[in-house]
Amino acid sequence: MKILVCVKRIPDPDESLKFAGGGLDYSASKWVPNAFDEYAIETALRLAEVVGGTQRLAEVIVLGIGPESQRQQLTQFLAMGADRGVIVDADPDKLDTATVSKLIAAVFKKEACDLLIAGKLSQDNEGGQVPQRVAGLLDVPQASFAATVEWDQAGKALTVGREVDDGVEVKRVPLPAVVSVDLRIVLPKSVKNGSTPATHAYQEGPRLASLKGITMAKRKPVAVLKPSDLGVAVGNNEQVVGVAAPPARKAGQKVKTVEELFEKLTKEAKVI
Amino acid sequence: MSKVLVILETAGGQLRPHCLPGITCAAEIARATGKPLHLLVLGAQPDAAAQAIATAGYGAAAVHTLAAPALEPFTAEAWADAIVHAARTLGASVIGGTASSTLRDALPRAAAILDAPLVSEVVKVKSGDTFVRPVSAGRALQDQKVNAGTFFFTARGTEFEPAQPAGAAPVQAVAAAAVNTRGAAVKGVQKTESSRPQLTEAKVIVSGGRGMREGANFKILEQLTDLLGGALGASRAATDAGMVPADLQVGQTGKIVAPELYFAVAISGAIQHLAGMKGSKTIVAINKDAEAPIFQVADYGLVAKWEEAVPRLIELIKARKGAA
Ligand SMILES: Cc1cc2nc3c(=O)[nH]c(=O)nc-3n(C[C@H](O)[C@H](O)[C@H](O)COP(=O)(O)OP(=O)(O)OC[C@H]3O[C@@H](n4cnc5c(N)ncnc54)[C@H](O)[C@@H]3O)c2cc1C
Ligand SMILES: Nc1ncnc2c1ncn2[C@@H]1O[C@H](COP(=O)(O)O)[C@@H](O)[C@H]1O
Repeated sequence: MKILVCVKRIPDPDESLKFAGGGLDYSASKWVPNAFDEYAIETALRLAEVVGGTQRLAEVIVLGIGPESQRQQLTQFLAMGADRGVIVDADPDKLDTATVSKLIAAVFKKEACDLLIAGKLSQDNEGGQVPQRVAGLLDVPQASFAATVEWDQAGKALTVGREVDDGVEVKRVPLPAVVSVDLRIVLPKSVKNGSTPATHAYQEGPRLASLKGITMAKRKPVAVLKPSDLGVAVGNNEQVVGVAAPPARKAGQKVKTVEELFEKLTKEAKVI
Repeated sequence: MSKVLVILETAGGQLRPHCLPGITCAAEIARATGKPLHLLVLGAQPDAAAQAIATAGYGAAAVHTLAAPALEPFTAEAWADAIVHAARTLGASVIGGTASSTLRDALPRAAAILDAPLVSEVVKVKSGDTFVRPVSAGRALQDQKVNAGTFFFTARGTEFEPAQPAGAAPVQAVAAAAVNTRGAAVKGVQKTESSRPQLTEAKVIVSGGRGMREGANFKILEQLTDLLGGALGASRAATDAGMVPADLQVGQTGKIVAPELYFAVAISGAIQHLAGMKGSKTIVAINKDAEAPIFQVADYGLVAKWEEAVPRLIELIKARKGAA
């Protein structure tokens, strides 16, 4: 089994935004992996490993689309335990979402992968669409917003618990397939690969890279491709023409007592 | 003539109410582009629901149906096939609807098949090709322009009024298409049963956070919720800790809500939480920490422990109701 995982670098969401010239100025930003992509790599690693053993059930390839020189987020995923990397060297600001999706689909095909695991959302531009697009381009089934994944190795399928508006939907998808992961995929018992003991509880959240992992990451192969190597023409069917800060809420007031709060809610705001 | 086509969701022969704001957004795009508004109902037997929808009309030129057994239960695979087929057959060039978990799943897939852009979570229609959408957990509003003959959109439900009935429209069937689930099978939805209104439709929401400490303590918030006829919500910290079901989560990755009245109890106010409730009309924060960021967005902030504040508030509301 070959698992492809996407990593997108984003400006640290804990830093405040800098508005400049009708856009956002990221020139001084610290770059971090998109949190949902950290969850995606954790999901892939849990599927690939045998708890307590050294055997690997899958090869995990990380894919980043971005400038070759800025591969730090990809290296971080290699240090966590991914086997190798692929970079598509391009300026992500000049790629539309359709093109990013085509590049990911092209790498998936080139590598003959069985499973793509991506985040459900990029925290910066919040498109919420790349994994579903890739599934459509590949004409394979998709399981979006995954909170749990169970791999049926013999049946070559995944059973995925999906976070939907009114609960959790259980969907079985045959491989090859595309999965996008939601927050709760990194809870201790969310991922099972057929040999994960029922009682096994992972530590919550994406794993930290070990020192050994960090050393090994430097020796892991990373292939660098250009969009043209993948036969993908760069499109621009959308563009950002302006960015503004949302209107601030007008300053509120502190009340001293519950009685005062009740007064305000009934007499001033008239909401109860 | 090319059309604006809204994809609707139905249950039990009726339109699901969360679709109504998506129709309003589409109607604005229709006005801005000069294209007529059309509606599409998908399902194994969509006719009854389509008839009910056509009676209200919502300003649409027609309500189309596309019937196929594989369309129920919902899968993105079969729905995307149907949407692509309908868009081609009807000559639709703008396709969208309310950003529900259903359309967020199916529309990007359909958009990719048609090689069209998708503008997600539209909060405002600026013109026929430029839309405002929040990014970075609602800390910025982006104007996104599409340069394509065909494009998709999803509308943020809290930002558009529900569409109103506007005279009957005809129902027309789209000829059947090959739709299939690509081998995917849905084994049902584990629903959180609740007699309360849906989070996204409630007028009042009472949300609890990590400071509630355990699930049993949510009982007191439920009492307040029920007194006000509202819905219960929660922060991620509370849902992750298993205090309440995951689908109660409000925020960037949970439900986006904008009720008349929002209570944030023992919630610190992380940007990802604010992203889901900042649009509420009146926000009340109850938190023991006077420095909690939630106070920056609260209309009324009370620095107090919930253990003391919430029971007293319930008493006062009950007394008023008793007196009325
Ligand atoms: C990618 C990503 C997506 C996320 N999406 C979401 C999302 O959609 N929704 C969401 O909510 N979060 C989301 N988060 C998490 C978010 O960053 C915060 O961690 C979370 O909102 C914190 O929840 P909280 O306010 O309940 O807990 P805390 O931040 O721990 O705050 C608890 C508060 O309770 C108060 N308190 C404690 N005891 C009492 C008491 N007795 N009485 C009164 N007050 C008390 C404390 O003063 C404190 O302010 C996301 C995070 C990431 C990384
Ligand atoms: N430039 C990119 N490089 C790699 N992966 C990406 C890129 N953009 C999006 N993705 C993947 O698609 C997911 C959803 O992104 P989006 O559709 O932008 O919200 C992300 O969590 C990533 O896994």
